[in-house]
Amino acid sequence: MGLGQMIYTLADMPMGTAGMIMRLKAQSSTRRRLLDLGLVPGTVVRYVRQSPLGDPIAFDIRGAVVALRKVDAQTVFVDPVKE
Amino acid sequence: MRVESQDPLAAAAGRAKALRRQVEDLEGTDVRDTLVAALYAKAEDIYQNSVIEPQQRVDWDQKVDDILTSKVLGYPLMLLALGVILWISITAANYPSELLATSFFAIEKHLSAVFAKLNAPGWLHGFVVLGIYRSLGWVIAVMLPPMAIFFPLFGLLEDLGYLPRVAFNLDRLFQKAGAHGKQALTMAMGFGCNAAGVMAARIIDSPRERMLAILTNNFMPCNGRFPLLIAMASLFLSGGFARVNLIAALIVAAVVLFGVAITFLVSYILSRTLLRGVPSFFTLELPPYRRPQIMQILVRSLLDRTLPVLLRAVKVAAPAGGIVWILANLHIGDLNIIGHGASFLDPLGSLLGMDGYILLAFILAFPANEIVLPVLLMSYLGVGAMLEFDSLAAMKTLFASRGWTWVTALNVMIFSMLHFPCGTTLLTIYNETKSRLWTCAAAVLTTGTAVLVCVVITQGIAVLQKLF
Amino acid sequence: MCFIFPTVGPKMNHRDSVPRHTAADYTICLAGNPNTGKSTVFNALTGLKQHTGNWPGTTVSQTRGLYQYAGKNLALIDLPGTYSMLPNSPEEKIARDFICFGRPDVVVVVVDAACLERNLNLVLQVLEITPKVVVCLNLIDEAKRRGFSIDVRRLASELKVPVVPTAANRGSGLDCLKKHIWNSASKKIEAWPNLVQYPEVLECSLQQLEVELTRISLNGLSKRWVALRLLEDDKAALTLIKHYSTLSTGRWVCNEG
Repeated sequence: MGLGQMIYTLADMPMGTAGMIMRLKAQSSTRRRLLDLGLVPGTVVRYVRQSPLGDPIAFDIRGAVVALRKVDAQTVFVDPVKE
Repeated sequence: MRVESQDPLAAAAGRAKALRRQVEDLEGTDVRDTLVAALYAKAEDIYQNSVIEPQQRVDWDQKVDDILTSKVLGYPLMLLALGVILWISITAANYPSELLATSFFAIEKHLSAVFAKLNAPGWLHGFVVLGIYRSLGWVIAVMLPPMAIFFPLFGLLEDLGYLPRVAFNLDRLFQKAGAHGKQALTMAMGFGCNAAGVMAARIIDSPRERMLAILTNNFMPCNGRFPLLIAMASLFLSGGFARVNLIAALIVAAVVLFGVAITFLVSYILSRTLLRGVPSFFTLELPPYRRPQIMQILVRSLLDRTLPVLLRAVKVAAPAGGIVWILANLHIGDLNIIGHGASFLDPLGSLLGMDGYILLAFILAFPANEIVLPVLLMSYLGVGAMLEFDSLAAMKTLFASRGWTWVTALNVMIFSMLHFPCGTTLLTIYNETKSRLWTCAAAVLTTGTAVLVCVVITQGIAVLQKLF
Repeated sequence: MCFIFPTVGPKMNHRDSVPRHTAADYTICLAGNPNTGKSTVFNALTGLKQHTGNWPGTTVSQTRGLYQYAGKNLALIDLPGTYSMLPNSPEEKIARDFICFGRPDVVVVVVDAACLERNLNLVLQVLEITPKVVVCLNLIDEAKRRGFSIDVRRLASELKVPVVPTAANRGSGLDCLKKHIWNSASKKIEAWPNLVQYPEVLECSLQQLEVELTRISLNGLSKRWVALRLLEDDKAALTLIKHYSTLSTGRWVCNEG
């Protein structure tokens, strides 16, 4: 995907796929909270569901299902993980 | 002049600053990132050493969530849950309510007989029996059965873990309204009691969004208002239908949805005016479903919700009943005091599609919403003919004789949904915000909305009726 | 040059902060992620009935209860659920503040056995604040039913604090939990928990800061924890630390005029 991979975020993952956290764009308190959720680089997360209206979206993060709004998910860069 | 010794932490802080720079240069990230990464790495390490995960995960939670949060079924199922709970509450409450009402009024006859035998003065009998006792009887007969059924059912959903799914489904709307997704949870709490809902807003970090949740919580009908809604719906709007309870449940559900819609609307307007700002970061965990603890739910809902609410209602209803009886029987000129108050409020009342007595009842019920209905009955009954009251149907006759139509009942429901928070809730709002201004704003905002909506409904229907 | 420091202290709202239970011999608090059954554990230990629910916000303010063990009164405080010791909301702040500054004799961290990894993060953070921790591995029956197999001994030896499996809704494991709480509270067992080791450069800095901090009275706060907050420049926590460490000495108070 070349350049495409650079802007691949949690919000771009297809449903059911997994991704490895690479980098967080957010700063200050939002960054802190994302980290607190366990979204530290190297973590593999899976996109498990979508709200009926398309947003928020939920991920399996370290065994817990956590919902994020797309705006916030867009600040987390991931690498797709093949299984 | 300031007298103080040097802050020793300041020296350490200076040292920390230099060290931080050093660490960040070497690690290439914020210290915070390094700390959290190490914590999670350790947690992962310990986890892998001590836990063997299930080989094959038949994840029932996921399967259930697939249905409960699905595009097609997510919303209908939420509506169904609300409708079914209300329908069961209304249907199952009918019989015990009638039974309680009948017994209370049977006892009333005996009480009156005792008063007569003792040659008690008429005012004493009126004050104690027709005032205090009768309003107590009403509050218990009307409120207890639906509450005793509604709360355990709601507790069941709560215990299962359905509420976070509701928040998940609804969040998009809150986001559009500029509010926090956890506001849905505070609203669910408001179903029980608005004061509790206002307290629960502490789960929201952003002060702006927390204020939105606090200000709009009152648009969720607390259990003190549910009996009124149910009574209105079953008395008026569904007359003539075969499946009265079902229709009544649908009407109450519709009114609740209306409250939700108003919550979104008011939040939307507020976050573009008084509480301007963008939504803050939001996360919500969808916890695993748990097997509900039925006995726990039954006991807890009775002890934590039904009884306290009932006790509060009883505490307020008893003196209020007495006072209203006095007001209804003290005459100035040829009208009693209630009548004076009511006729003063009448112009406003009729503008809102109600009458002065109804508005007065809402005002007198400021300490506790539960007593709107008993106060209203008392005020109506205190004037003129003494109706015998042994069934809910008698209430309909009384209201009809007072010129009520379905529009009146609708407005009473809407006004009850939207009007000023009760005394306890306002006090809680003050405690939580520590601001007189915002507390007043909560009262003005809700009442303003209530007035506006009622005027629109009444005038709109009047216009429509002229046209057709 | 002087530091302006508020006399009242940084937003320690009295109604929100948790006072210690004065009538009791020991104060125990229950911490843990939301949905781990903390309130059920609380009810099971104290017999006091508190409302529980499977969603955050159920325990908005702390609830207190008493129970007896070995002839002593133990006050139990149920803190609001929290995911981390870096509070994200007013209610999480209540939990953090009490664990850090409320001087509990023991902190019981209730964790969900079926979601252990996420929960361990909190345990590790609490261990940085105080070594007097008992881990209550709750919902163990549920985890077993879901097919998890947990080596409790191994877990305890990894953390180096007691780990007690419980199923509080059925009342199992509670006697053992009470015993471990008691042992920890009465200092029968001195705990040296296994703390997170950070990258070397960070550990090195921490050591230097801890040395710096030995010259200061921290009123019993963990030096390592304070050093960590200094290093990451957690301003909110530092203000509280500053306030707390002066509570008994009463120095640094600004006097106008």
